[in-house]
Order: sequence, then C-alpha cells, then structure tokens
Amino acid sequence: MRLPPMIASLRKHKLTAWLLALQVAVTCAVVCNAAFLIVQRMQRVDVPSGLTEAGLSGIMLAPLHPGSFPLDGYLADVNAVRGIAGVQSASLIDEFPLDGSESSATVCGSLKAAQALIASHSRRVPGCAQPALYAGSEHIVRTLGLKMVQGRALQMSDFVPGKPGYQTGPVATVIISQALADHLYPGKSAVGQPLYYEGGLASGKAVRVGGVAAHLQRGRLSNPADVDLGMLLPSEPDDPEVFLAIRSNALDQARVLKAATALLRKRHPDALADAYRGQTYAQIRARYFQRDTTMIGLLMAAAIGLLFVTALGIGGLANFWVGQRTRAIGIRRAVGARQRDILAYFHTENALIVGVGVVFGLLLAYALNIYLMHRYEIHRLPWIYLPIGALALWALGQLSVFHPALRASRVPPVVATRAV
Amino acid sequence: MLRYYLQLAWRSLRRHPVMSGLMVLAIGLGIGASMTMLTVLHVMDADPLPGRSAQLFRPYLNPLPRSYTNNGLGPDPSINLTWPDAMALLQAGKGAQQAAMAGTRALVMPGGNRRPFRAQGRMTTRGFFAMFGLHFVDGASWSSADGSSAAQVVVISQGLARRVFGSNQVVGRSLHLDSHDYRVVGVVRDWAPRPMFYVDDSAQRYKGADDYFVPLSTAVSLGLRVSGNQSGWGKDGIGPKSATMSWLQFWVQLDTPVQVAAYRRFLHNYAAQQKAAGRFERSPEKAARLYSLMGWLAARHIVPGDVSMQAGLAMAFLLVCLVNIVALLLAKFLRRAGEISVRRALGARRRDIFAQFCIESAAVGVLGGALGLLLAELGLWSVRQRPDDYAHLAQMDVGMLGLTIAAAVVASLCAGVLPAWRAARVAPALQLKAL
Repeated sequence: MRLPPMIASLRKHKLTAWLLALQVAVTCAVVCNAAFLIVQRMQRVDVPSGLTEAGLSGIMLAPLHPGSFPLDGYLADVNAVRGIAGVQSASLIDEFPLDGSESSATVCGSLKAAQALIASHSRRVPGCAQPALYAGSEHIVRTLGLKMVQGRALQMSDFVPGKPGYQTGPVATVIISQALADHLYPGKSAVGQPLYYEGGLASGKAVRVGGVAAHLQRGRLSNPADVDLGMLLPSEPDDPEVFLAIRSNALDQARVLKAATALLRKRHPDALADAYRGQTYAQIRARYFQRDTTMIGLLMAAAIGLLFVTALGIGGLANFWVGQRTRAIGIRRAVGARQRDILAYFHTENALIVGVGVVFGLLLAYALNIYLMHRYEIHRLPWIYLPIGALALWALGQLSVFHPALRASRVPPVVATRAV
Repeated sequence: MLRYYLQLAWRSLRRHPVMSGLMVLAIGLGIGASMTMLTVLHVMDADPLPGRSAQLFRPYLNPLPRSYTNNGLGPDPSINLTWPDAMALLQAGKGAQQAAMAGTRALVMPGGNRRPFRAQGRMTTRGFFAMFGLHFVDGASWSSADGSSAAQVVVISQGLARRVFGSNQVVGRSLHLDSHDYRVVGVVRDWAPRPMFYVDDSAQRYKGADDYFVPLSTAVSLGLRVSGNQSGWGKDGIGPKSATMSWLQFWVQLDTPVQVAAYRRFLHNYAAQQKAAGRFERSPEKAARLYSLMGWLAARHIVPGDVSMQAGLAMAFLLVCLVNIVALLLAKFLRRAGEISVRRALGARRRDIFAQFCIESAAVGVLGGALGLLLAELGLWSVRQRPDDYAHLAQMDVGMLGLTIAAAVVASLCAGVLPAWRAARVAPALQLKAL
C-alpha cells in the first residue's frame, strides 16, 4: 500500500480528518488520565483493614448527656449482648479502622529515638512513628479477627479498666501492626521489645510489644507514609463515644445485629430516637470510601462514554466516506484491486488519522496531567499509561472502521460502469 | 420556507436513521452529563442570601506567631477569631450591624413521654438577627441588657417551637436545653441559607439549620460546648476568653463602598495596634483582611475537588461530543453535493443552502437537547441518592432548565455552522457534471 495517493485523497477532506484527529486526541488525553485516577482510587479502596471483615458489626454507644461517661453502663451492655444467640464475641473499641476518625500518638522503639524526638521538636525521627491508637476491652483481638503473625494474642490479665478524660490506662503490653514493627524495630523481632509513647517518651517508662498483627489500618488515610500504622491497647476505651463491636457468623449477621439493637433500645428506654443504629463493618468501611467509589463509577462512565462517542464518530465518518466513494472503489476493483486491498485501504487511512490524533493526544494527556497535578494534588501520570492508551485508541479505531470497510470491499466492480 | 426546510431536514434525518439516532444520542449524552454537573456546581456555588449578601463581610485577623506551623492536616486556626479580637470589633461597632457567633448543640427534652432529640444552635450577639434578616413571628431579639448580663434567654425557630410546644406563640415560656432552663424571648421563621455561609469549616454547609440562638455571653458563662474548630496555640493556654485560642466567627454589614473602605482602614489600624502591642507578629497587610460573602466562600473552597473535577470531566465529554457532531455533519452535508448543486442550479442562493443546513443541525440539537434533559434529570436523580450533604439539593431549577435547552440548541448550531457554510460553498457546475 502506497501512502501518497491516500494522503492526497485525505487532503480533499482536510477539515473532517483534522476534526476526527482532534476528537481522538481529546479522548486519548482524558481516557489516559481517567484510567490513572481509576487505578489509584481502586488501590486506595482495596487497602487492608487487618480485620476479619465478614461477620463483624458495630453499634455506636454515646452518652445521652454530653460530658458524661457511662463506662459501667457500656460494659453491662456488652455483657448483655454476649448473651444473644449467635454472638461469638463482643467488646468495646473506641474507633474502627477506616471509620473516618482516629486518635494517634507519637511512639518510639527505643529510648535513644525518644530522646532524639524530644530534642528535635520534629515528629519525623527514625525509630519513631505516628500510629493510630485503638483501645479495646476484653476479647478484642477475637472480636476484630486480627491475624497475629508474631507473639500472642492478649490475655485477660493484660486488660486495664478505662478512665475518662482521654488518658489511656497504664497498659503493660500492646499489639502493633507489622508495618509499625518494621518502622520501630527494623531487622529485629518486635515481640518483647520496649515501646515508648505519651508520658513514657520523657519518663523512659516503656510498655512491651506483646504481639504483631499482619495489618491494623488507621482510622483515616491521610499520609501515604503512615498507612497501616496501628497500635492496639488492651484498655477499656476512655472516649465517651465508643463502638460495641460484635462478631458473629457472617450469614447470621443481620439477625444478630437486629437482636442487639432491639436489646439495647429495651435496656435504655430514654435513649435518643436515632440511637443504637447498628452497622456491619462492611457498611462502615463503604461509607469511608463512598466518595472514591462514586468517583470510580463516574470516571469509568466518562471514559466508556468518550470511547463510545469516538468509536461512533470514526464508524459514522467511514460510513459516509464509503458511500461517497462507491464509484471510486468500483473503478479500483475494475482495474484489479482485490477485496482485501480495499479493506486495507480503509484500515490504513483510519490508522493514519487516529495515529496523528493519538500523537497529539499523548501530548495533551501529559499537559492535562500537569494541570491536574497543580489543581488537585494528583500524582504524575506513569508513562506506562501512555502507550496503553495509544494502543487502545488505535485498536478502537481499527475496530470501528471494520464494518464500513467490509461494506466498501463488497462493492462490485460493475459499479464503475454505472452512473452514481 | 421554514416549514419546507424542516421537512427537508426530517427527510434527510430519516434517510440514515441509525446515523441520525447516534448523532442525537451523542449530543444527548454530552448535554446530559454536562448539565448534571453544572447543576450540582450551581447549587453548591449559590448565593445564600440573594439581595443581602453584597452588604455582608467577613473580617479576618491573623494573631498566629510566625513560628506557628501546621502539620497540614489540622484546620488553620487563623480562620476563626479569638475572643479579644471579636470583642474589640464588636465594641468598635464600625459596621451598620455586626455579630460574633459560634455553633453549639443541645439535647432538647420535649417533655411528656416523647424521646429527647438533639438540636443545632448558635451562640451569638444580638446584631445577628437584623444583619442576616431573620424574620420574627413572635417576640423579638434579646435586649442589650440581657446580652450584657448574660441572661438565660433564647430565640428559637418556628420549627422547634412547634416541635416542643406545639405552637409558635411561646414568648415567655421556659425551654430546657441540656441542663439549663431558658426563657423564650422570640420566635423566628425557619432560616437555613444554602450554603450555610456563616458556620465554621467543620460544620455541614448544605444540611441542617440553627434551631435556637442564645446570647454569646450567656453561653460562655454557662460553659456551653462549642461545636466547631477550637484551636489553641501559645502559652496563654486555651479557654473561651484566651487570646491564643480561635473559635469565633464574625460578620459585619457594610452598606456603601465608603463604609467598606473605612472598615478596611479600621481593620488595618487594629492589626497595626496589636502588632505595636506585641500581640500580632505579622504586618497589618498580612494579618488583617476583609472578605465579601461570596469571596469568603470562594476562599473556603466549599466545592470539593471531586465535584469540580467531575464538572471538568463532563465539559471535556461535551467537547468531544461536539467535535464528533461537527465531523459527522460535515461528512453528511458534503456527501449531498449533488443535491446542493441541483438546488443551486435551480436558483437557490448560498444563504438559502446555509439556512437549510443550519435548520437541519438545529433539528438534531433540539432532539439531542430533549434527550439530554431526560439524561440530566436521571443524572441528578442518581446524585440525590448519594449520601453527601449537598446531594439532596441537586434539583434543576427553571434557570438551569432553560440553560440546558439553550445549550443544546446553541451547541448543535455551533456544530452545524461550519458544515453548513462548507455546504453552501459547493461549486454547482463541477458537481453537476459528475451527475
């Protein structure tokens, strides 16, 4: 196939061809960036919580009067809920991972690091980290379904009573996530190591790492460097608002949750009209990522819509051109062109136009990415998206021109002898 | 002539039903997507107090030490005012009206065997009602004597009055909020500007409303809880009256440009005084600013990044749809060179051909616009299903409805002009020879 005659023919449709290339360029730019954003948001949504999510539910307990802290009442509620058939385990916890709020603290893995931290007035000191802190009451490891990779789960004797005023009880042992262990004790086994936090940073009083969980996610994902840094204290919560966490069989979850809500409302007839609304952990987590899932859906719809409209444009235009050139095709067939020559002609012409569009599209994609980086704090588009996007659009062009090209190749040579 | 052209357009569209249908679909998708997102933006960007917002201003004072660094996650403390600053602005009284305020919540016990509920309220000063134009249906604002003596008085909304007392003539009755009793001095018509421009950054701007108002002095002396950011710094410690804790919002009404300029000077001088006294560390140019209401909302970035990105995406989509239509119409019109030539040879002028093809593209636009309207309604319905606080407001109003139809027709006319112009320039002689 020689290109010069084809280009000469395209020059007769200069404007149309350029418009098509422009459309391909914009589509390529938007789709490359959309694909990148979709992948990023999907990775965010897939982050592990560390919990055995199926079968876990939570009911928010809050004091009726602001400022009061009815912990004994909460503990009685937990005991009552444990009596419901189907409840395998129930505990209090101050926050769930990925529920949108957290309390965090600076912790250090050695006295030297703690002293360096105090001396530097900075939060980023090697050997120190900022994990999310969770305080959970008895059986919390079983209720959450944490997967321990080192050390032991907590024992009854580890748990300390809570006291109000946002001061965690004087625990002796803690559970930390693998990621936090890697931060604090690189290259060492974390179990039994000392850990300094809050008052211990200055006083040098350490707690011991009792066990390491594969994951224990934060309450919210704000700093990419701090993802999966979590620490569980075997202490009754000291927040006035806590979750009653319930573990049951996943199939039985809806019934257990309903029974627990009904029981709590019966125990507290003076509670607010909307109190004790139970949620499965899956719902809590889905709510945290709600904006991301909406965005993923919208970006996908936009990308698919753009590709659809572009395919429509390419196919439609080819269709018109085939109609317009019927006579020329007939003449070519009459002087010896085979069907596959005609087919190849249309495919090559399309490849040419889409190719030009894609080249501009890649530049545009890069420019769009720079604009998005400025405006929305988005990362740089990895180069791998560009060839994939280009190839995808090119393939889309070939696919959408296939049907009109096939129609063109079936034009009988005898058309040449007829008037159009 | 118009009828004839419409007939021609209809015939031409019917000759390629699939192609025409796809063109209408492309315009419909583009218009539907872009109008959905523009409506959402329009709702979020709306003027909360039409007719009044131009006179409302938000003073900004930055008392933070230069060495103060925020880790980037927490709120910026300089957004709110400290007690001493707010009181200084209030006592200077340079505006036509002014008020300091902060959010609060309380448990309402309706009595009888009804379950208690929580209400959102505001602790504020008495200028609030006149400045923002709240309408009293009974009673009036508390007196300045009530304000200075920290009397336990309250102004409540009609909705709360009906819910608690079953009537809105309740002035003089006693209302129990949390653990305190207040005497009702006024009842205002329910008031919920959208967005809630005067609230703290941590509050929801598209949901909820204030159901009760208590004097700021009363709230501070009773130690009511503030719902909103309270950020302390420095050694003066934290506490409602601390000079190093910000928690108050402040609004002022300025009626004329002269008053605005005078207020700017006043703020500048105040910041200069504070700097001279050693309290402010920044220059008055940086420490004192005056925002208009809409300017303040723009500076607060109340439209989330996700929403503006979605709007941009929708506009890119519309652009691609339009380019697509231009290319398709161009190819379609030029294919009819023969028909055009015959009409030209029979006496049609260029502008007749141009008009004919413009009408054909406008027909595509009207059909596409109608489809786009349906798709936009569908899109807005799906937005309303989302749990975001602004979602329930996503409704198309008359203005947006008109804009949608106009956008579709203008878009398709724009798309049609170029192809129609090209079609009108077809040289008849050349084409006639080929026939």
